[in-house]
Amino acid sequence: MSSIGTGYDLSASQFSPDGRVFQVEYAFKAVENSGTAIALRGSDGVVFAVEKLVTSKLHEDSTGKRLFSVEDHIGMAVGGLTADASAILDVAREEARSYRQNYNMPISVKYLNERVSMYIHAHTLYSAIRPFGCAVIIGSYDPKDGPQMYMIDPAGVSFGYFGCAIGKAKQTAKTEIEKLNLKTMTCKELIKEAAKIIYMVHDELKDKQFELELSWVGSHTNGKHEEVSRDVFDDALKYAKASLDDDSGSDGE
Amino acid sequence: MEFVSQNWIPGNFKSVPDTGRTVQIPSKLPEDIELSHDVVQHGWTPITTTTSVLGVVFESGVALAADTLTSYGSMACFQNNPRILTVNQNIIVAAAGEYSDYQFIRDVVEEKVRTEKSLNDGISMKPKALHTWLSRVLYNRRTKMKPLWSTFLVAGIQNDVPFLGEIDKLGTAFVDDQIASGYGAYLALPLMRKAIDEKREKFNSKLTKDEAVDLLKKCMEVLYYRDARSHDKYQIGIITKDSVEVQNLALKPRWEVAKLVQGYE
Repeated sequence: MSSIGTGYDLSASQFSPDGRVFQVEYAFKAVENSGTAIALRGSDGVVFAVEKLVTSKLHEDSTGKRLFSVEDHIGMAVGGLTADASAILDVAREEARSYRQNYNMPISVKYLNERVSMYIHAHTLYSAIRPFGCAVIIGSYDPKDGPQMYMIDPAGVSFGYFGCAIGKAKQTAKTEIEKLNLKTMTCKELIKEAAKIIYMVHDELKDKQFELELSWVGSHTNGKHEEVSRDVFDDALKYAKASLDDDSGSDGE
Repeated sequence: MEFVSQNWIPGNFKSVPDTGRTVQIPSKLPEDIELSHDVVQHGWTPITTTTSVLGVVFESGVALAADTLTSYGSMACFQNNPRILTVNQNIIVAAAGEYSDYQFIRDVVEEKVRTEKSLNDGISMKPKALHTWLSRVLYNRRTKMKPLWSTFLVAGIQNDVPFLGEIDKLGTAFVDDQIASGYGAYLALPLMRKAIDEKREKFNSKLTKDEAVDLLKKCMEVLYYRDARSHDKYQIGIITKDSVEVQNLALKPRWEVAKLVQGYE
């Protein structure tokens, strides 16, 4: 890497001569090493799916989750250093709490995105602190504004998205997401596609074990972000595995 | 919720702002003045108040009743101020006294519930826990001479057993099968005890849900006739193992009974 040994990568507060901030770029690398997380925004809500890599057989099932609720109505998927991510989750929750205390209504995901982005961005400006090694996706649904979704990267840059992916296989995942007609699809259709994409991009050779996490927020959940029910999960899992079998079958022909 | 690390006192939360009035003690008192309550006034009197609140335990749950009137002195000021709060599937709370103090506690409790929900461990607060927490907060505030001017009834189901407890503005907390505050303690509580005792003596059993609700309706009617700060619109909150509901009700007063009151002309 061109950055090593130049001395320009020791601090987040110094540019390299060609205008880069290496510490921030290293933070991006931290996210690229994590299991894939994707989120899809359909016509009636947002679905989240996470490939939670299980690094040891000794880990208990369903611990170390990477899908969270900021408040009842906002979901968050994270990738990168999970400890950094849970610090960001705390910040988001505190932001939502203080918004509610001041305005007596739930925070909009647009405003939350603004606040959390600026917080993450502020950590790319000083030599004494390190940038966050994580990226987050936040999404919600309300009847007036419909579904909304934002992704924030370690630099604090954020955009609204119809579909986005973070982590190891984000390129492959994005290619798959682009094939979907997101605007016309419902959460019930998207949750299956999301599970399929996670199973598709999972690299069995490099990472043996993983756990699938699925959650959604939409009109069908009354605007509440929640883990999908057992039935929905099993259906999505079945669909994902079946379509993977089909694909590998056609490859062999 | 963050705590102040130094000299932390239970119930003393950083995010709970002081709403009490600070009392200015004159640095130099005139020599002839007597040190009495004329000079230093601790606490204050409530301004916008609500009247009695009732609670009764029945065989499978607890029912609470409270009207929806908030008075400004003797003026019937706000006629649609509900004061039965559904905390979660385990707890309902009703309050009497200063309405703004109830609103303040309500906001803090709702925040507690949201914080707890975000832990996502499937555990939710139980009535004994909230009863204890409220008793610490109210006791702490009265010890600072800045009481929250409220009486709270906490009702719910704790390990499948109905629970009913009260906390008053002094921090006095207790548990009982029938509780009434304010005027209700004089007018409704004897009726409630009588009904419960009769049921036990005759049938060796507790009130049914319908009997408990009818009892509360009767008590609210009696209170409406004799308590000048009461109101004909009221709510009854009922919590059982599998359900929480708050009903909006209205009395149909029969003022012809007024004729029977004689001898006070």
